[in-house]
Amino acid sequence: MPPDATAIVQAKALVEVEDLARDFDVSKPWLYRVLQGDRKRILKAVAGVSFDIPRGTTLSLVGESGCGKTTVARLVVGLYPPSRGRIRFDGVDMAGLASRAEAESLRKRINMIFQDPYASLNPRWRVRDIIAEPIRAFRLLTDEKAIQERVAELLTQVKLSPKDGEKYPHEFSGGQRQRISIARALSSTPEFLVCDEPTSALDVSVQAQILNLMKDLQAEMGLTYLFISHNLAVVRHMSDRIGVMYLGRIVELAPGETLFATPRHPYTRMLLDAIPDLDMTGRARTPVGGEVPSPIDPPPGCAFHPRCPLANARCRAEVPQLRPVADAQVACHAVEEGRTA
Amino acid sequence: MPLLEVKNLRVEFPTRRGTLTAVDDVSFHIDPGEVLGVVGESGAGKSITGAAIIRLIEPPGRIAGGQVILNGRRIDNIPLDEMRHVRGKQIGAIFQDPLTTLNPLYSIGRQLVETMQTHLALSDREARARAIRWLEEVGIPGAAQRVDAYPHQFSGGMRQRVVIALALCAEPNLVIADEPTTALDVSIQAQVIALLKRLCREHGTAIMLVTHDMGVIAETADRVAVMYAGRIAEIGPVRDVVKHARHPYTEGLMGSIPALTHKVARLTQIEGAMPRLTDIPPGCAFHPRCPKVFERCRVERPDLMPTDGPNLAACWLHAPARGAREVGHAA
Repeated sequence: MPPDATAIVQAKALVEVEDLARDFDVSKPWLYRVLQGDRKRILKAVAGVSFDIPRGTTLSLVGESGCGKTTVARLVVGLYPPSRGRIRFDGVDMAGLASRAEAESLRKRINMIFQDPYASLNPRWRVRDIIAEPIRAFRLLTDEKAIQERVAELLTQVKLSPKDGEKYPHEFSGGQRQRISIARALSSTPEFLVCDEPTSALDVSVQAQILNLMKDLQAEMGLTYLFISHNLAVVRHMSDRIGVMYLGRIVELAPGETLFATPRHPYTRMLLDAIPDLDMTGRARTPVGGEVPSPIDPPPGCAFHPRCPLANARCRAEVPQLRPVADAQVACHAVEEGRTA
Repeated sequence: MPLLEVKNLRVEFPTRRGTLTAVDDVSFHIDPGEVLGVVGESGAGKSITGAAIIRLIEPPGRIAGGQVILNGRRIDNIPLDEMRHVRGKQIGAIFQDPLTTLNPLYSIGRQLVETMQTHLALSDREARARAIRWLEEVGIPGAAQRVDAYPHQFSGGMRQRVVIALALCAEPNLVIADEPTTALDVSIQAQVIALLKRLCREHGTAIMLVTHDMGVIAETADRVAVMYAGRIAEIGPVRDVVKHARHPYTEGLMGSIPALTHKVARLTQIEGAMPRLTDIPPGCAFHPRCPKVFERCRVERPDLMPTDGPNLAACWLHAPARGAREVGHAA
């Protein structure tokens, strides 16, 4: 990361991520490798990502399958240790926490909402116990009556009835289950929520309910969101700033309005052009060819160059870094050289 | 004459706790070469409608009433072995997941050849040459070399292209495409939709496009049917349904979709969720969630009726006598 790109880090950012990377070893078992003479195969899921999220705002990461957006979410909440790079929360380096108590006090300020509301709730627990789990795990309340009161309050907050606490997850629809996930995530009174595709499994009318609820809660409680999605329209609706990811890197990072008004990176332009939209009835479009290459064996230079109409020799050799362009940051040689026109 | 006519189709699933009606009195038609979009949320009955037309409903589910007429001939009551000749030859099918459509043990070439030889009189050599031509047409690079490859050797987008070739290779008049791009990434989705549209235009094939993605419908369909709780809530030309919905459900549905071109502070919200098939409310199934509900909706079930526009809507707001003053609210 060159210093000029990180120079815009705001002093008040709640979350600061610097050159974050995560490799996964996807080699065959050792014996196979020895017998067949195969080399180790490393998948670079995230290859150096930097961003910061000011308090009370939403940063979204958007991209197609395999671009590393979910891995970033999991790194930020600490579900995976990073291979490289740093995550600072409220100025504290998350890797450098000495004691368990210190780590716990930081962790309860961060929580996560997962994509699949069918898989993320324990089917054998009552809803009140699911929601109370973070309270009990962090020992925020010890009195059983106080815990139940808090659970009832959380259920009301996500527009469910306090009586729903007695039920089991299978009695609820997908949208209601996602409300339960949100109530659970809020139960440790976090400041920062990482939301990994929270509405992708839901129908559109239910998605609207959940997105509205998440926005209301943010306004009420001053929450900070890291929002992961593949749906650009949803991302536009939710975010202050948007990072577009491609093969483990952020290729463009810009305020939402800027990104949609003046997309700069050729990949962002392609994505925006590829999405069918309600307003474009009858419009013919020219889809861009090619597919996302394998992250195990990414193309040299800019990973997008095999699909990019603007690629030249430099793009095939040199990895572009994020550089500021107006109020955005773009990782593209063509943009830097003014070849985009 | 329409290519396909569906009249009062009813699909039932007997269960231990009584009979569920997944598709209830659905009627529509598709003209030759036309793209009819069928949208709705999970459980609206859109996939079951498609499956009923090609008689692929898993028992104990069954067609309990109505008629399906293809090229002037009823196909809902013909014997199943006759139906097998209709499937593939007259109606092709594309499903969401290409991996479950393709046989993993056969090369894609063999699957294409087998399909074509079942329905068309072709020699082995002709069929193979045609298989390669189809693969070229759907944009598989190096078709002549890859014709003997197996499904797992292709990416998701490429597999869906093979499925499209498979659906079109016996030259049917109608393709039923059930969520053909839902499993694909947006950039691949655009390629596949463009391909499907182009091929059907070139071959004069009509499409029944079943999807939950309004964006795909808006870009692809000529007309669209919106389904809710097993019935058609509204049907009409795509532009009129998207921009000037006459049914409150369609209106709410369109408002709940975040737009790419502008930002709103809040999305329109339809309270509640679609009823389960076990407890569909009396009267209009949408009435408990409807912002414009009035007395008649609670007791009497509306059928599709003309509105002030080209759309038909199953909504009492458009009833000539009592709802007249309300007409035009959405225009």
